[in-house]
Amino acid sequence: MSDVKNILLVGVGGQGTILVGKILSTGLMDAGYDVKMSEVHGMAQRGGSVSNQVRYGKKVYSPIIDKGQADILVSFETMEALRWLEYLSPKGKAVVNDYRIPSAPILMGKNDYPEGVLEIIKSKVPTTVIKAAEVAKEVGNGRTMNIVLFGALVKGMKLTDINWEEAIRQNVKTGMADINIKAFNAGLALVD
Amino acid sequence: MKKLLTGNEAVALGALEAGISYASAYPGTPSTEILENLAEYKDEVIAEWAPNEKVAFECVIGASVAGARTLFAAKMVGVNVAADPLFSFAYSGVNGGMMLVSADDPGLHSSQNEQDNRNYAKFAKIAMLEPANSQECKDMVKTAMEISEKFDTPILFRMTTRVCHSKSLVEIGEAVKPTKKPYVKNLQKYDLVPANARHLHVKVEERLKKLEAFSNETELNYIEWNNKKVGVIAAGVAYQYAKEVFGENASYLKIGFSYPLPMAKIKAFAAEVETLYVVEELEPFMEEQIKAAGIHCIGKEKITNIWELTPDIVGKALLGETRPVIDYDLSVVPNRPPTLCAGCPHRGFFYELAKLKNVMITGDIGCYSLGGSDPLNAKDSTIDMGASISMGHGAQKIFNRFNENMRTISTIGDSTFFHTGINSLMHVVYNRSNTITCILDNRITGMTGHQENPGSGFTLQGMPTTIIEIEPLVKALGIKHVRTVNPLNLKELKEAFTWALELDEPSVIITRWPCVLKKQSEADKKEFGNYFGKCVVETDKCIGCKACIKTGCPALQFNKGTKKVKIDESQCVGCEVCKQVCPVKAIKRVGE
Ligand SMILES: Cc1ncc(C[n+]2csc(CCOP(=O)(O)OP(=O)(O)O)c2C)c(N)n1
Repeated sequence: MSDVKNILLVGVGGQGTILVGKILSTGLMDAGYDVKMSEVHGMAQRGGSVSNQVRYGKKVYSPIIDKGQADILVSFETMEALRWLEYLSPKGKAVVNDYRIPSAPILMGKNDYPEGVLEIIKSKVPTTVIKAAEVAKEVGNGRTMNIVLFGALVKGMKLTDINWEEAIRQNVKTGMADINIKAFNAGLALVD
Repeated sequence: MKKLLTGNEAVALGALEAGISYASAYPGTPSTEILENLAEYKDEVIAEWAPNEKVAFECVIGASVAGARTLFAAKMVGVNVAADPLFSFAYSGVNGGMMLVSADDPGLHSSQNEQDNRNYAKFAKIAMLEPANSQECKDMVKTAMEISEKFDTPILFRMTTRVCHSKSLVEIGEAVKPTKKPYVKNLQKYDLVPANARHLHVKVEERLKKLEAFSNETELNYIEWNNKKVGVIAAGVAYQYAKEVFGENASYLKIGFSYPLPMAKIKAFAAEVETLYVVEELEPFMEEQIKAAGIHCIGKEKITNIWELTPDIVGKALLGETRPVIDYDLSVVPNRPPTLCAGCPHRGFFYELAKLKNVMITGDIGCYSLGGSDPLNAKDSTIDMGASISMGHGAQKIFNRFNENMRTISTIGDSTFFHTGINSLMHVVYNRSNTITCILDNRITGMTGHQENPGSGFTLQGMPTTIIEIEPLVKALGIKHVRTVNPLNLKELKEAFTWALELDEPSVIITRWPCVLKKQSEADKKEFGNYFGKCVVETDKCIGCKACIKTGCPALQFNKGTKKVKIDESQCVGCEVCKQVCPVKAIKRVGE
C-alpha cells in the first residue's frame, strides 16, 4: 500500500476543484493506475470550504485521505491552504494559489484575513506559490485559473508522462479545450 | 471498458443492466444523483421525482406489484418518511424485484441526524446488501433484483456518503431491455387486512430463515485468509478502511449481504482467528448480533460510534498507531461557513423577518436554513421537513393558552411545502390557530442542486407538466388570508408582516422569485424578466455604517482600513437588497 499517492485539492465552492479532480483521475486511470476520488456535495458548495481527494497506485482501498497523509496539497485559495495543512504529510509539498477569497466573517469585519499564511506554510514544507489568476489572464481566460494550478500539480507530482491533453479534452467543452491546454502548459512551466 | 464512477452513477448503470424500468425518489444528499443519472435513460426507465419519499415508495410498490423491476432511493431520513409503506411491503413482498437505496450520512455532511439505517433491515425483516465501492454498487443492483424476486423480499441497499460520492473504477456491462412479469391479482399477498397480514407474518419469519441460509452460502460474504492472528469482519466503506489499516496482516470476512448475517460463516471464521474485530461505522449493528450468537468479538468498546470513520480512527483504536502531522496553529484561520448566494431571494426575506419582535421563527430544511446564521439570525428551530408549519402551530397554541405575547412564523421552501407542508397547513386551518406561514417559493428545489418539483413546470425527465400553483392551493386548504410578494422588495415584505401580525386567523405569505442560480424556464423569463445587473457603492457617500453588511451578502466587503464597503462585481447580480437598506443612498444600480 505504500505505493499509493495522495493528492489533496482544496478551495472554495465554485472554484473548479471538481473539474481538476476529474481531469486528474481520468489521466491517472488511462495511465493504468487504480484510482479513487472523493468530493464534497450539498451544503458545503454554497461558498464553503471544499476538498477533492485523489488517491492512486496499484491498488487503492480507502477513498479518503487522512490527516498527515497527503503527498501534495494544492490550494486554490490562500488561507484554505492553512486550513487543510494538517492533512499534508510533513514530508509532502504544497502548491498555493496567491489568491484571496474572504469568507463571510471577514466580509462582515468580524475577522481579518490572516496575514503571513504563505510564510507559515513555507516554513513547514517545500512550497510553490503561484499567482494563477494572473497567469490565467495572460493565457487569455481568467476562468482557467484552476487548470493553471493543475499544470503546477502535474509537475509537482512528476506526472508529466501522462497524456494530459487528452484527459483535458475529455472533460471540458470542445470549444474550451485549446485555451485550457494553454493554461495547463503555462502552469507546468511555473514549477521546476 | 472501465469507467471512473461515483457509487451513485454506478447504481444507475446497474439499474440499466438489471432491467429496472421504474424508479422514484425525492432528492436528498447523498442519494440525489442516482435518479438524476437514471433519468438520462428515457427509453429504458421511467424515473420520477415524487413530492416526498412516502409517495415515491408507494409508486414503486405499485410498479413492482404490476410486474416491473423497481428502485427507490432516499437519504437516510427520507426512509423514515417512507417507513410506513416499507414495513407493510415487507409483509406482502414483491412481484417485480424491488430495492430501496438508503443513502446514510455518517459524519452529518449534510443531514440533521446520524441514524444508522441498517437497523431498518432488521426491524422490517428484509434482506440487505452493502456495496463497498462503485463496482459493487453496479453489480449488486442485479444481485438485488435476483434475490428480491427469488425470496420475495424488498432489498435494503445500504450506501453511505463515501460510497455514494467517491469515484472508483467500474467495468461496464451490457444494458438489457427491461421486461415485466405478468400481473396476477392476489389478495392474500397484497391486501394487508388483518386476516391476510396475520399469515404473512408467518411467511416473513420463514423467509428470514431462508435468507440466512443464503447469506451463509453466497459469495457476497467471502473470506480472505491471511495471517490468522487477527480477523476482521467488515462491510461497506469500513471494509476499505480495515484493509488500509491491516493490509495483509489480518484475515477478513467481507460482508456484502449484511442482513440476515451469515452467522455460521462468522462462527467458522471466528474459530480460526485469535482476535476478532468487527469494524463498522456508526452503530454496533453486526457486533450485537454476533455477540448475541455467543461469539466473542471486539467492536464498539474500541471504535467510536460517533461520526464517520477514517482509516486513522480505525488504526488508532485497534493498533494504537498515529501518523505524524505538521504542527501549526489552525486557530488563525477564520471559518468559511456556507452562505446564501449573492442575489439569493431568501436574503431580503430573512433580513426583514429578523426585525420582528416577540416572534418564534420555526425553520425548515433547504437553503433558507441559512437564514438562521450570522448575520441574519432569523430562526429558532429546524427539526425535519414540513415541521416548520406544524411546530409553529403547536407553539402558537401554547403561547395563546398561556397568554404570552408571542407569534409564531413558519418558514418553508416550495419543495418542502410540497413535501410535507401541505398536511401541516391543513392542520393549522382545521384547528384554528393564527400562525403566519411563509412559503419561500424560489421556483425550484435549491439546496440539493436544482431538482424540478410539482411547482416548477417540468418532470425529472424533462417533460413540461402542469404547474401546481401555491396560492390557489393554500386557498383551497381554507387559508383566507394570502399574499404573494416579491422578496427583493423589502417594503413589500415589511408591509406583509405587519398585515399578517394584525390578523387573528392563519395567514400565508408567499415570496415568489427564482433562485439566482436557476436556469430559467420560458415561463420564468416571462414572469420575472431579465433583472440581472450590477450595483456599486459611491465611495464618497458611504459612511461605513455597515447596514448593508447586515444582509450577509457575500458580494459586499467592509474594508476596516478605509471604513467603506465595496461590492465585488464578479459576484453581484443587482438584486438591490443592499441598495434598499443603505441609509445614505450610497449604493446605486450601474446604468441608473
Ligand atoms: C425527509 C427528507 N428528505 C430530503 C431531505 C433533503 N433535503 C433537504 S432540503 C431539500 C430541498 C429543499 O428545497 P426547497 O424547500 O425548495 O428550498 P430551497 O433549498 O430551494 O431554498 C431537500 C431535498 C431531507 N433533509 N429530509
